[in-house]
Amino acid sequence: MSTKKEVKETYYESIRKQGYSRRDFMKFATYIAAYMGLESSLVAQVAKSLETTFRLPVIWEHFQECTCCSESFIRSDHPIVADIILDKISLDYTLTLMAASGHQAEAAKHATMEKYNGEYILCVEGSVPMGADGNYCCIGGRSAKDILIEAAAGAKAIIAWGSCASNGCVQAAKPNPTDATPIHKIIKNKPIIRVPGCPPIGEVMAGIIVHVVAFGRLPELDRLGRPKAFYSKRVHDSCYRRPYYDAGLFAETFDDQNAKDGYCLYKVGCKGPMTYNSCGTIKWNNGVSYPIQSGHGCIGCSEEEFWDNGPFYERLTNLPGFGIESNADTVGKVAAGALAGGIAVHAVAANIAKRKQLKSRTSRGKINEENLSH
Amino acid sequence: MKTRSFKRVLVWELPVRVFHWVNTLCVLVLILTGFIIADPPAILSNAEATNLHSFGVVRFIHFTAAYIFFFNMILRIYWSFVGNRFASWKAFLPFTKKRWHNFKHVLKVDVLLKNEKEHDLKDISIGHNSVASLSYIALFLLALLQIITGFGLYADTSTWWLPRLFTWVSPLFGGDFAVRQIHHIAMWGFIFFTLVHVYLVFYHDWLEGRGEVSSMFGGYKFVRDERVVSKEKDATVTATEADT
Ligand code: HEM
Ligand code: SF4
Repeated sequence: MSTKKEVKETYYESIRKQGYSRRDFMKFATYIAAYMGLESSLVAQVAKSLETTFRLPVIWEHFQECTCCSESFIRSDHPIVADIILDKISLDYTLTLMAASGHQAEAAKHATMEKYNGEYILCVEGSVPMGADGNYCCIGGRSAKDILIEAAAGAKAIIAWGSCASNGCVQAAKPNPTDATPIHKIIKNKPIIRVPGCPPIGEVMAGIIVHVVAFGRLPELDRLGRPKAFYSKRVHDSCYRRPYYDAGLFAETFDDQNAKDGYCLYKVGCKGPMTYNSCGTIKWNNGVSYPIQSGHGCIGCSEEEFWDNGPFYERLTNLPGFGIESNADTVGKVAAGALAGGIAVHAVAANIAKRKQLKSRTSRGKINEENLSH
Repeated sequence: MKTRSFKRVLVWELPVRVFHWVNTLCVLVLILTGFIIADPPAILSNAEATNLHSFGVVRFIHFTAAYIFFFNMILRIYWSFVGNRFASWKAFLPFTKKRWHNFKHVLKVDVLLKNEKEHDLKDISIGHNSVASLSYIALFLLALLQIITGFGLYADTSTWWLPRLFTWVSPLFGGDFAVRQIHHIAMWGFIFFTLVHVYLVFYHDWLEGRGEVSSMFGGYKFVRDERVVSKEKDATVTATEADT
């Protein structure tokens, strides 16, 4: 991990020191600018910023999580991300990747927090259990809740990595036994970037980090606090199977001919139409593929409460409170049937209860008919 | 036994009737296409996706009907300020003193099917009765919910400012999952309303014989002679008019 000496280096200096050429560096700047959704004219600005900006100290906390966000990040496409942004330059504290451990590591973190008070970026991976006084998740003898509140106090901004930190993810699925809570519900007074996904795409994470360090400010966020460059489109809107959707050609089961022919996975539960993410464009594993391309519907992992909006393999969502396997339509049909029954009973009862009135009107009508003049 | 005399009263003006049937058509089409969107049928086709656009067409019909549904609703709101007393927004106020009285009457006579000993002509509503007007308020709120959630889902696929006005919807509900779920459940609200509404129209036509069903076509209901006060300028019919 970094030492105080390295801190005074710019990103560019570190990159060069790592043995990358200027050409590699420019490639990286172009590549990351493209992922960030910037115009090509801004590549120079990204490069310039990386040349002149001293590195931002980053503290990366791990709470209730599975580390898939870190895994995704270190597999991000370009080696400079792993080498420089993550490994060599930025991280002052991250449990899973740093060499130091124990008191030494905690001491380093506190040193950073004091020295760069108000300047460092706090990255959080994982949700924070608020139940049982925060005791479900303790690190170094302290609860996640305490650690978060302490680390957030001096942070310039917070990045909530993954669905855990931004939505709660599986720990927060009903009945949420530990009262797992996303970061924005705990910290209210800091700018927070939410980067949902289980995990988020590595390039998305790198793009966000570079944006923050290169421009010194947060990327443009949507109303849910997600960077617009990566979360303004539904997976469905950039899905290569979309022509099959529009044609009405769907796989009915995973092993039918339609599935083999690559038809749309809507009817086997694809949640792409409700999921905002870049999987269809940036894809995964260095742009190799993404779930839908591999034949599995999107499960909506970057959406709030996606665990509770199942089943994954059915089109319609279960209705909470109506038992297993009952969606809006099964409940609706039963209710409509009951209503129709009620109406039938009412109709019969009406004819019985109002029989006098009806009889009298009918007979008056008949008499009038007889009395017609021609 | 003497039969009653009735006068023909124009209750539902033309814009109200047009609204009603356009609305009916839209809701039917929206429910039908909505069901298809929610759970599309398996089609057997060897066509290439390029040459087929069936689901796109279904969605197109849904969105077209949605726009008509929306603008139609706005025209109706406008008409509730300029239309006659039965079209007025005031006719929907549920709990003025008079309406509260009528509400209890309708509950007693038409819902619980009690027979009254004494009939008060004033208890027979000429426009909406109070229970019905309450159901229309519910329907209006349901339509509002459906428009908000529907346009919310639609907003991100459009560049026009009108649907873009609804970009706040999805974040408000925490994402499209919830919005679609609500949109789908609300559809059942329309189905339940339609069942009850159609039944009650027939019920009133059958039990009151005042032309309830046909009133939404021709606009007229039959109102007892005694309730139409003769003024100097009466609605005199000239002999040449073929109409009775
Ligand atoms: C009576 C009114 C309406 C009914 C009954 C209705 C019904 C439905 C249903 C059942 C669905 C499928 C939902 C699901 O299971 O996921 C749906 C989808 C949808 N509706 Fe409606 N809807 C109505 C009005 C509207 C309006 C006013 C709009 C406004 C534009 C709208 C826009 C949409 C959109 C965008 C979808 C999603 C389509 C897709 O992603 O392919 N709907 N509707
Ligand atoms: S596979 Fe999923 S995301 Fe792709 S078009 Fe079909 S429903 Fe949309």
